[in-house]
Amino acid sequence: MIPAAFEYYRPKDMAGVLSVLEEHGDDARVVAGGHSLIPMMKLRMAEVPHLIDLQDVAGLTGISIDAGRVRIGAMTTQHEIINHAGLSDVAPIMREASLQIADPQVRYMGTVGGNVANGDPGNDMPGLMQCLDATFILVGPDGERSVAARDFYEAAYMTDRADDEVLTAVEFAASKGGYAYEKQKRKIGDYATAAAAVLITKDGGTCASASIAMTNLSDTPVYSVDAGAALVGTSLDEASMKAAVDAMLGDIDPTEDNRGPIEFKRHAASVILRRAIENAWDRA
Amino acid sequence: MNKELTREERTDALGGMGCKRKRVEDARFTQGKGNYVDDIKLPGMLQGDFVRSPYAHARIKSIDSSAAMALDGVIAVLTAEDLAPLGLHWMPTLAGDKQMVLADGKVLFQGQEVAFVVAKDRYIAADAVELVEVDYEELPVLTDPFAAMESDVVLREDLLGEGGSLPDGAHGPRKHPNHIFTWEVGEKDATEQVLDEADVVAEETVYYHRTHPCPLETCGCVASMDKVNGKLTLHGTFQAPHAIRTVVSLISGIEEHNIRVISPDIGGGFGNKVGAYPGYVCSVVASIVTGVPVKWVEDRMENLMTTAFARDYHMTGKISATKEGKITGLHCHVTADHGGFDACADPTKFPAGFMNICTGSYDIPTAYLAVDGVYTNKAPGGVSYRCSFRVTEAAYFIERMVEVLAIELNMDAAELRRINFIKKEQFPYQSALGWEYDSGDYHTAWDKALKAVDYDGLRAEQAQRVEDFKAGKTRKLMGVGLTHFTEIVGAGPVKNCDILGLGMFDSCEIRIHPTGSAIARLGTISQGQGHATTFAQILATEIGLPADSITIEEGDTDTAPYGLGTYGSRSTPVAGAATAMAGRKIRAKAQMIAAYLLEVHDDDVEFDVDRFVVKGAPEKFKTMKEIAFAAYNQAIPGIEPGLEAVSYYDPPNMTYPFGAYVCVMDIDVDTGVTDIRRFYALDDCGTRINPMIIEGQVHGGLTEALAVALGQEIAYDDMGNVKTGTLMDFFLPTAWEVPNYETDHTVTPSPHHPIGAKGVGESPHVGGVPCFSNAVNDAFRAFGLRHTNMPHDHWRIWKTANDLGLHG
Ligand SMILES: Cc1cc2nc3c(=O)[nH]c(=O)nc-3n(C[C@H](O)[C@H](O)[C@H](O)COP(=O)(O)OP(=O)(O)OC[C@H]3O[C@@H](n4cnc5c(N)ncnc54)[C@H](O)[C@@H]3O)c2cc1C
Repeated sequence: MIPAAFEYYRPKDMAGVLSVLEEHGDDARVVAGGHSLIPMMKLRMAEVPHLIDLQDVAGLTGISIDAGRVRIGAMTTQHEIINHAGLSDVAPIMREASLQIADPQVRYMGTVGGNVANGDPGNDMPGLMQCLDATFILVGPDGERSVAARDFYEAAYMTDRADDEVLTAVEFAASKGGYAYEKQKRKIGDYATAAAAVLITKDGGTCASASIAMTNLSDTPVYSVDAGAALVGTSLDEASMKAAVDAMLGDIDPTEDNRGPIEFKRHAASVILRRAIENAWDRA
Repeated sequence: MNKELTREERTDALGGMGCKRKRVEDARFTQGKGNYVDDIKLPGMLQGDFVRSPYAHARIKSIDSSAAMALDGVIAVLTAEDLAPLGLHWMPTLAGDKQMVLADGKVLFQGQEVAFVVAKDRYIAADAVELVEVDYEELPVLTDPFAAMESDVVLREDLLGEGGSLPDGAHGPRKHPNHIFTWEVGEKDATEQVLDEADVVAEETVYYHRTHPCPLETCGCVASMDKVNGKLTLHGTFQAPHAIRTVVSLISGIEEHNIRVISPDIGGGFGNKVGAYPGYVCSVVASIVTGVPVKWVEDRMENLMTTAFARDYHMTGKISATKEGKITGLHCHVTADHGGFDACADPTKFPAGFMNICTGSYDIPTAYLAVDGVYTNKAPGGVSYRCSFRVTEAAYFIERMVEVLAIELNMDAAELRRINFIKKEQFPYQSALGWEYDSGDYHTAWDKALKAVDYDGLRAEQAQRVEDFKAGKTRKLMGVGLTHFTEIVGAGPVKNCDILGLGMFDSCEIRIHPTGSAIARLGTISQGQGHATTFAQILATEIGLPADSITIEEGDTDTAPYGLGTYGSRSTPVAGAATAMAGRKIRAKAQMIAAYLLEVHDDDVEFDVDRFVVKGAPEKFKTMKEIAFAAYNQAIPGIEPGLEAVSYYDPPNMTYPFGAYVCVMDIDVDTGVTDIRRFYALDDCGTRINPMIIEGQVHGGLTEALAVALGQEIAYDDMGNVKTGTLMDFFLPTAWEVPNYETDHTVTPSPHHPIGAKGVGESPHVGGVPCFSNAVNDAFRAFGLRHTNMPHDHWRIWKTANDLGLHG
């Protein structure tokens, strides 16, 4: 558990970060909370000759809520998300999900930027961001650009982010209606066996909109357009529920690991999704 | 003048046996001031690290360490070739086998030690490990012991005789090149006859999966050879420091007086730190070669993958009974997966430990046990993870078999146990498989437990739950797990218990200081059990000095008397007895001194809490403090100055703690998620020295039981890759997963132990594992389940439900 040697940089501003990235290309990487990257370096599964610490870079932290739009700086920790009063009002699903990530010690360090940029299918926030239809703000040598969370993930550890870009913030609209984050895990601090993020709005007794994404059931987060669509316009009767679950089962592609075989994961996914939908519906 | 204290007040002031004395160790542990092996830094110290095999079975064609040696700061790269001239490329195991220290031509398990890099610091050592090039030729891998017994792939060519013949192993004849031993106990023919003639026979195969003790602190050592005075000092994570000293002397040729072994604070052992590991040998050799201290400390993955595992027993049982449920016979066959070398830590004459305690708490007249040990391409070990030698396996086996028999008889499992318990008046009880149980009162414990949990109420609730489930009103089932276990601990009588020829007595040496305080040293070593607290309590009561005035010291072979260390719940039964006996020697001398000072005959004084009083005249007395001062400073005719004693205690028998546990569990049939609603644990460990420490031990043991039963395993894929090598996949419960435990007790002292104490550190693990597992199995009994194997993690429970058709 000893990492290979690396150079450590601690710039004060984004220009400093970008210049190291530019100089060393994919030999350089940023570190945020380090709770995904450092273990990989210690296992020597990630070799990072040039490590750029983001913690002193100005302007990367904080949560702002403005005219129904939420912006969370990349270096904001999961702990800060849990304890931010205003955020719980406009996007309660953020708190519900964050409380199910890792354990308090990890959450003091783990950041939203690291969680979404990492590209690990086990991370909870990518699916959550897709459910919220969030936008990621990236900055690189050519300036700033934004990309939809739903377009960001390509494969495990492969994202739309270029090696010389840094994620500075995530943005999404305040969510209305019901929400639920359901996660099955083996123990505290475990990644999901199956997790579901659901947002539902109601119009009378009818589902007006539904956004559904799942985690750790494919090599990317799974945002299922069809699952959401199956609920819209229904009163969430058994048939529409089943249609939504079936649609999701058509979109996921889990692999066998110590959490269990594929058969089990598909079953767990359907149960967790059902529970999340029911929960969000009740809260809508 | 001080008011004269009452007898009760004087007793309380001692902080002796029976009180909830606070742990004296905790001040340093809770403040981060413990001193563990990795805290030890000696001048000029180098760091060792291993090149390990990525393959489970491979021939080594070549090792090229030139690139590693070229790295700045690398001092040496040792391979088997370097150790061979010293005869140290192999070492003896505790089980009479031998084990490669560094791969000698081939590797037998993933993670096996191939080369030892010695460098100026840990970082350089780790870099150098990457630079050592090993050319492997992969060989067919055997991970299944049944397949290994059929295979023509020979794992241990070194054990073949002339022309491929099969010489006997350490435990007799071998049936196959991958076979290690057969161990038989009991009456085979008679048992088979009983089974043939029985009204009812229940059969089941129960696999107790491979797991690992996983102490928080991993294994490690610092070896320091002083070339000037020829003395080797070895600090290490040793549960048996004296045994390590003797073994090091025997294999290195260094005379024993020139070896000092020190176990500093140890962060948990649970059996993992009983054996000798290649890291120790390599560090010693490296220190001898370099003349400076060498440290080696494993990381978590190395600990899980290579240092001693536990269990891996495939147990096939048959249990017979009359129609009324009286058990008549028990037959057990075990296929034991020992990995690449037989490194089980068992007393020499017991290659399967005390598996023959598998008749449990029941009066079973006829029984037979056979164990076949088998080599596979897995890590060696087979230690007693928080239990006496193979006792968890035995307890799990019998407690599952009784449940299966209850199903076969269509009887309540609590009642079936009750009618088969050994009765109070049958003790000392001679078991069919050769043990003499010292004492017990199982019926009392059982009735108390069932009453405490309202057993009948639980069964009624469970029946209702089954109905509701069938009616589609709930998706949760309820399991009631029962266990009545009997342990066998305190190894043990030297006549039949030795490890590598070292008798399993233990010892205590006491020195009373002139001002009435004391130091006692023992042959054991605490790894968190709180010896410094409890042994002082035993002495306080025995010698009448306050526990707070008694220092307990363990773990330094230059100062402590010889003993076999701490594992198998042996410290209290053996060293605790030695402590009491040494205390009594002190008291005997104190009695003579008191009599002299009080000017009466020796027989005219008697011990009273903290003093000797003249019989019939309690106002005439000498306190132990006064006696201590006199012992050193007053010329007493016919009595040597000083007040010291030593006792080496060879126990006449083992002790047999027991307990009655009940677990109430809810199971989500759709996700396999379990929720422990209630856990009640009644322990009878004989005399109770410190109820608070007992409670702590019970909590810890139950938590490790929960871990093992519900998910903790060392799993391999078909290629022999370890699938659970980190704490992400190896289940170590936290406060989050742990239920609230209710503890209770009865007290049935051991008749042969000086203070009647039996040991408790391991009972909760031994009893807890079957209790959690029985709860899971019981939840599905109404749906036709007889048995499902541990670990009961989510997907396996889901699979059980799925196989029973519960998912529609
Ligand atoms: C025991 C344990 C349990 C955990 N359980 C969970 C869990 O249940 N669910 C879960 O979601 N996570 C879990 N995590 C991960 C944890 O939440 C991480 O902290 C998080 O995934 C990454 O955040 P970080 O700030 O630590 O990122 P780092 O480890 O610092 O970085 C991760 C990756 O993202 C890149 N990166 C970081 N920040 C940026 C940025 N601003 N721009 C571009 N790239 C960036 C890094 O270069 C690196 O490749 C667990 C971690 C541990 C140690």
